[in-house]
Amino acid sequence: MAKTLDITRDCCPMTFVKVKLALAKLQSGEELDVLLNEGEPLNNVPRTATEQGHQVLSIRQEGGFHHVLIRKA
Amino acid sequence: MEAKEKLSIVCFSGDFDRAVAALTIATGAAATNREVTLFFTFWGLNIVKKRGGHRWTGRGILARFFNFLMGGRNNLPLSRLNFGGLSPKLMTGMMKAKNVATLEELFEAAKELGISFVACEMAMHILELKKEDLIDEVTEMIGVSTFLDRSRDAKIIFI
Repeated sequence: MAKTLDITRDCCPMTFVKVKLALAKLQSGEELDVLLNEGEPLNNVPRTATEQGHQVLSIRQEGGFHHVLIRKA
Repeated sequence: MEAKEKLSIVCFSGDFDRAVAALTIATGAAATNREVTLFFTFWGLNIVKKRGGHRWTGRGILARFFNFLMGGRNNLPLSRLNFGGLSPKLMTGMMKAKNVATLEELFEAAKELGISFVACEMAMHILELKKEDLIDEVTEMIGVSTFLDRSRDAKIIFI
């Protein structure tokens, strides 16, 4: 079961900060389901997660938001 | 994975808005996999003093007087339209209302992200501050040559 993190009400830079800190708390192989807005968070959260070696499993839209599912490296 | 990109920020200013800018860039960079160093010097030292308000920190009479007038993180002035310290409080309220991280939240995030905090030895010497006058996260007092040496492969920003 993936842990969830809602950053739809957060602004830069806390969007990235919260994702980074949430991933740091997970064990390798665990998943994080990030709910975020389009624009800056959607453009950059998946990209920076990949850069840090994590795996972006899926990105799906739900209403006005997007779910990004990340597996920790 | 390739070596981490490095970012060093010289926090020279003790202004509220500039401190917010420095910490926003620092936390954003650390959260996106960069190795970040914050080098606090001169007015910037006010941001990392242990005692956040107008307190007689320091050793000699003049230094204590200076430190009292400057204060610390709880009373950083806005660089413009400070209105005797009212504006930073109003600004913090506006930031909260808009869900933007406040200075204190950014500061806590910086600690959690493992950003490296260092202080300028020379500025501390002038203001007669000791390491114990600064928050524990400030791990070292270093000079410009150590700072430049550590920032050899880093981008340096001066705020």
